Amino acid sequence: MSAPTNAVLDGAALVDATGVAITVDGVGPAVHGVDLRLAAGEMVGLVGESGCGKSLTAFSLLGLLPAGVRAAGELRFAGTAYDLAAPDTLRPLRGRDVAMVSQDPLTALNPVSRIDHQLGDVMRTHLDLSRAQRRARVLELLERVGIPSPRRVARAYPFELSGGMRQRVLIAMAISCRPRLLIADEPTTALDTTVQAQIMELLGGLVRDEGLAMLLITHDLGLVAQHCSRVCVMYAGEIVEHGAVRAVLDRPRHPYARALIECLASRDTGVARLATIEGTVPPVGAAIEGCRFAARCHYADHRCSVTRPRLTATGDGGLVACLRSEEIADE
Amino acid sequence: MSDTLLRVEGVSKAFPIRGGGALHALREVDLEIKPGEAVGLIGESGSGKSTLGRIVVGLERATSGRVHFDGQETSGLPARRRRTIQRDIQMVFQDSRASMNPRLRIHQIVAEPLRTHGLDASRGTVIDLLQRVGLGERFADLYPHQLSGGQRQRAAIARAVSVRPKLIVADEPVSALDISVQAQVLNLLKSLAQEYGTAFLFISHDLGVVKFFCDRVSVLYLGRVLEDGAAAPLLAGPSHPYTRALASAAPSVRLDDQRPRIVLSGELPSPENPPSGCCFHPRCPESLGDVCATVEPGRSQTPAGTARCHLLESVRT
Repeated sequence: MSAPTNAVLDGAALVDATGVAITVDGVGPAVHGVDLRLAAGEMVGLVGESGCGKSLTAFSLLGLLPAGVRAAGELRFAGTAYDLAAPDTLRPLRGRDVAMVSQDPLTALNPVSRIDHQLGDVMRTHLDLSRAQRRARVLELLERVGIPSPRRVARAYPFELSGGMRQRVLIAMAISCRPRLLIADEPTTALDTTVQAQIMELLGGLVRDEGLAMLLITHDLGLVAQHCSRVCVMYAGEIVEHGAVRAVLDRPRHPYARALIECLASRDTGVARLATIEGTVPPVGAAIEGCRFAARCHYADHRCSVTRPRLTATGDGGLVACLRSEEIADE
Repeated sequence: MSDTLLRVEGVSKAFPIRGGGALHALREVDLEIKPGEAVGLIGESGSGKSTLGRIVVGLERATSGRVHFDGQETSGLPARRRRTIQRDIQMVFQDSRASMNPRLRIHQIVAEPLRTHGLDASRGTVIDLLQRVGLGERFADLYPHQLSGGQRQRAAIARAVSVRPKLIVADEPVSALDISVQAQVLNLLKSLAQEYGTAFLFISHDLGVVKFFCDRVSVLYLGRVLEDGAAAPLLAGPSHPYTRALASAAPSVRLDDQRPRIVLSGELPSPENPPSGCCFHPRCPESLGDVCATVEPGRSQTPAGTARCHLLESVRT
């Protein structure tokens, strides 16, 4: 196999988050020391099922965790270190170098303010532009995100736009201050299939043409297969596998990643029963000594319930957190 | 007794709009389901797929056209005669939380249809049903909000199968669930379908789910069936440009199934004012021009079934 194996970045990364740990007050730890690295011009997928901590991880990088949720860890952004435990220190990055596109564009927009005002507000906060320059940039941005009649949409209220158009507006807002990292949290989940394709095309273009680094948070492995170069699979607050997309999808090393992919792939193969993952995700804050997936894992043996596996390099440049990954690789 | 369980013939549905005009949710839709057969209804929002489901269960009345169930026309039936049909057709909704009374316990919710139709609604029967859908007795006394999404959908399925319906209309039954939970619920539905011989009208926007679950499939766009036929060949090799675009936008995780990406321009036109000719022509990447914009295409044979597209007509002649 001679596929590109730059799964783990060497050299300088634009974004280097290490030891991201998140605790929910009164419940317990939800994310247990996650590392994420992104280079300019690449889209990296962060996948996992609900409750795995993927959105919390993203919000922690923006310093936008809800009250009662605390983060620890370090973010190095373009060479400067930020302490995730002190979210205020992230303010200069937020909205400017690091921007976000969320799942629900209706609640992310102010319902009583016209689109041009909302876009203009963001730029007034971060950029030193005259009123005329801002007005021109609003139209330029709306055009950039593929809105057919920018002048009309600029004067519209959010409710007058379709879901796809609102998501485009949100993307325009996110890129208005020329960010270098865009965090897209399930950006197409609320959209129709053909509109999803349009939005992913737009986001992919920003990465390709303008060199943005993008973290795509999604539960949809198909989208990851189509658009990302690397993928991190999260389970119960940990990254359990990381690697080049094709390597992970074609030869998943971690039993959870393997089972998840099998759930989807078995739909296409004309089987009588789909592959499933029995059991449920352990609740946030559960005290588990060994591997968090062990209770649901076909391959688990006596070691798995006592020893916590660490992310270890695989042969093809990926990382996997499983004690038995080498033994089960050839099965 | 015919070999067709459900026959939808030329069904149209128009919702009047305040201030004049109408929203054409369905336009001359034909659909057939044989006993025990699973038919998928694919479409995006505004395609009319949920409206058709509601007409089939009797929550909505067609503006024109006919619906036959089990050899009987249901459209004009008096309420008293609808009783047996109501028992024979059950529904599973996407949002199990909204479809359950939050103040009732799970065993009361599952017993409701049994009680309505004067059947044995004892606790023992209900617990048997709960066990059949993979929920133990301990769930019987819980309230809906105490269950996870997957567990609640299992309870909704227990409620639907309790009266042994001949047809279940399932409207996006797994869309709100995680992938691994989707697989569990789909397996459950399939084994129940086989065990009881239940037919399904399976409404979904997810082609992968339909491919697994359904024998045949109809693709709706702006209230029109653009393509229908046997599920596996249709989804593997769609004949209509719209189905092709849908299939390419729902990528598979498998390497051997990475199709060329087709990104349609524009968004779904308003069903208040559907485009002339072929309703898909303004977004069609393969439009032939005038003929598509003015003439409504008829049905052409395809390898999997039929499709409405001028491209296929020109191939034929």
